[in-house]
Amino acid sequence: MRTLRELRRYPSAVLGLSIIGIFIIVSIVTVIAIPYDEGIRLWRGGPGVWDYNARRAAPVWFDWFTRDRLPRTMVMYLDDATMTKGLIGDGMEQVEIMFDLEYPYDGFPKEFTLFFNGNLTASQANLSFYWWRPDGQVITVAQNRSIRAVRGRYPISQDMDLRDRLGAPPHMGLFAEDLDVNTSEMKPLKGDYRMVIEGEMPVGEGFHQVEMVIYGQVEGWGGTDHLRRDLIVGLLWGAPIGLIFGVLAAVGAQVSTFVLAGIGTWFGGKVDFSFRRLTELNMILPFLAILIMIAHLYSPSIWVILGIVIALNVFSASYLTYRAMFLQAKELPYIEAAQAYGAGSFRIVFTYLLPRALPILLPQFVLIIPTFVFLEATLAVLGLGDPQLATWGKMINDARQYSAMYMGQYYWMVLPSILLMTVGLGFALLGFSLDRVFNPRLREL
Amino acid sequence: MGTILKNLGRFTLLRGVALFLTVLIGVYLTVVIANMGGAMDEALKMQIRLEVTQQVYQNPAYFNLPQTELQRLVNDLTQTRVREEGLDKPFLERSVGYTRNAITLSLGRSESIMSDTGSRLVRNILLDRLPSTLLLLGTAQMLLFFLALFWALFLSRRYGSFLDRAVIALAPTSAAPAWFYGLFLILIFAALLKVLPWGGLVESPPPQTTPGTIVSILRHLILPVGAVLMGAIFSSIYNWRTFFLMYSSEDYVELAKAKGLSSREIERRYILRPTLPPILTSFLLIVITMWMGAIVLETVFNWPGLGSLYYAAIQTGDTPIIVGTVVIFGYLLAATVFLLDFLYAALDPRVRLSFGGGRS
Repeated sequence: MRTLRELRRYPSAVLGLSIIGIFIIVSIVTVIAIPYDEGIRLWRGGPGVWDYNARRAAPVWFDWFTRDRLPRTMVMYLDDATMTKGLIGDGMEQVEIMFDLEYPYDGFPKEFTLFFNGNLTASQANLSFYWWRPDGQVITVAQNRSIRAVRGRYPISQDMDLRDRLGAPPHMGLFAEDLDVNTSEMKPLKGDYRMVIEGEMPVGEGFHQVEMVIYGQVEGWGGTDHLRRDLIVGLLWGAPIGLIFGVLAAVGAQVSTFVLAGIGTWFGGKVDFSFRRLTELNMILPFLAILIMIAHLYSPSIWVILGIVIALNVFSASYLTYRAMFLQAKELPYIEAAQAYGAGSFRIVFTYLLPRALPILLPQFVLIIPTFVFLEATLAVLGLGDPQLATWGKMINDARQYSAMYMGQYYWMVLPSILLMTVGLGFALLGFSLDRVFNPRLREL
Repeated sequence: MGTILKNLGRFTLLRGVALFLTVLIGVYLTVVIANMGGAMDEALKMQIRLEVTQQVYQNPAYFNLPQTELQRLVNDLTQTRVREEGLDKPFLERSVGYTRNAITLSLGRSESIMSDTGSRLVRNILLDRLPSTLLLLGTAQMLLFFLALFWALFLSRRYGSFLDRAVIALAPTSAAPAWFYGLFLILIFAALLKVLPWGGLVESPPPQTTPGTIVSILRHLILPVGAVLMGAIFSSIYNWRTFFLMYSSEDYVELAKAKGLSSREIERRYILRPTLPPILTSFLLIVITMWMGAIVLETVFNWPGLGSLYYAAIQTGDTPIIVGTVVIFGYLLAATVFLLDFLYAALDPRVRLSFGGGRS
């Protein structure tokens, strides 16, 4: 309690504690809102999960910083459309579906796709597509194009024939103010557009699901990656994983070292000697290289890695720091008193010696947490991240691997990095302040 | 002087032996871990099969044998060689042999990675990559040590000034590793400003002249070295400045002041000298993490050193290279500890004068 009051005097401690607090709250909310299995499912993606998200799109708040209004993804369902049917004989009917939309943005969409689902005996239908523009032009997008009845798709933006006719990628050409200029100088024409889909189908059959998706340049609060995944899932889930990994690894590594240092110092002699040799051995052991080797050869699961990290850090370099502290504490009169009343060795170590050095443990413990948070990211950046979970490191790795930086998609790398840095800084700020509170010698320096 | 040298020599020798034993245990552990899933056995078997196949197919005596016969011959010979190499012996026995091979880096051939000269020998590949890693991290370590030392000394004189408080405030930034800052440096200087290269050791195509090559290498060094410095310098300055402040409040410093010695003299003989051993210990820990950080740092900067080699070996599952790189990193760590221990001993009068009461 006194420590808390004292900590309040340090602005950096307050800042650090608030950062950690915010991340803990975010973690709890995330775990409740997107449960573990759901998080894994979303991150795995696959058909039907992220179909209507733009690929490699910046976060929506991106256009706060640009003068232009960047296009967002527009999804239109059959309910938004007007459908008319007319009998034409032979048990066939003419079906017409009209999507009306207003395009208010200052940029071009990234892609333009139509999705279909229906029940047809013929398993596919021939449809014609017409694009009505605000300036009165009607562009024939495609005529008699065969569309599959089950999970049918018409990726208009990849239609090579249309591209040749427009002289520009269709998702630009269809929206362009003036088609005769260079693609780099094209501007979008704002206003009301209409997509008309026509076809002949047997009576009683047809598409019960038609969706028109005009993919925007911005998507979601975290942007999207190469698999259309909403990065916010990863950004949010990175928090609990990073915190749990960092804290558990720090507890395992530091507390075990601390206890062993207490035992080693108390018994001294051979015990201390062998513990110190083990610490030295651990120092020379190429820790990260061995960890990577294990992750590669056995299992990259984050929980296995956590266990190995702890195991390899039982005799960490902090042993020497703690030992120096215990050597002094060992000589104190109250320990002698405990011996005099006949306390056993382990009783002395655990009830008298260890608590005495707790003030040294606490700052060290807090200061080591960011190291482990970053360690998880380091492994992920080397492609050894957990295969299922979304972590910040894995997002950075994806961004690197799919050349986000060459393609100017900086948000993809910067957002997880900023979160990593913020968590790291939070613990570091708190740790440094704790160090000053508990080590009076540092206080005036 | 004689006793000092003798003590130093004895200390060095003993430390050398102890460190070598430690490396030995470390390598043994590596071998055991690497082979728990049988990875090393597999790698060795594959190598034997490759060699035998080559021998059989290149032997003129077998040229007109049918294919099935040749295959059978390969299988038989491989079996014999496997027995000769002792692969059917218990693991304990095999692990000794593996450790011996690993320690001498005679790990045979890599599975797919080649050295610049086209060699597939693990030792050649490793030694090929060593210089660039030494260049990168050596430069970074030297710069870090001297920059942080002088800056810390400077700040200890200006204790409480704006610069001093700025460094204290910046110290927590060292929580992030070097590769992390590397990403940002690449983003700023390569992607946005386009003034420095994205990565690599030299431009491609490489410059024709030697000065051109040197300039190119230096240009490529700036970002990775900068990243290493950003990841460690502020906490080092903060810690070392604190050491300086602690030692400058000792009584003997007051006495020296009272004696009227110049502040330069006091700083050199009474503050810098006794502070160096703890600084060296702190630097040692930084350097150790730095060697390990090389794996990601070099990967991020595409620097053709041991770290990116290790990454490539993990990507392709090249067991001989993986084990070899772990061993060579073990050597580098041991060499670092040895060198700094030697400096420590040379600076610490307790070790220099009477070895018996050495560092405990």
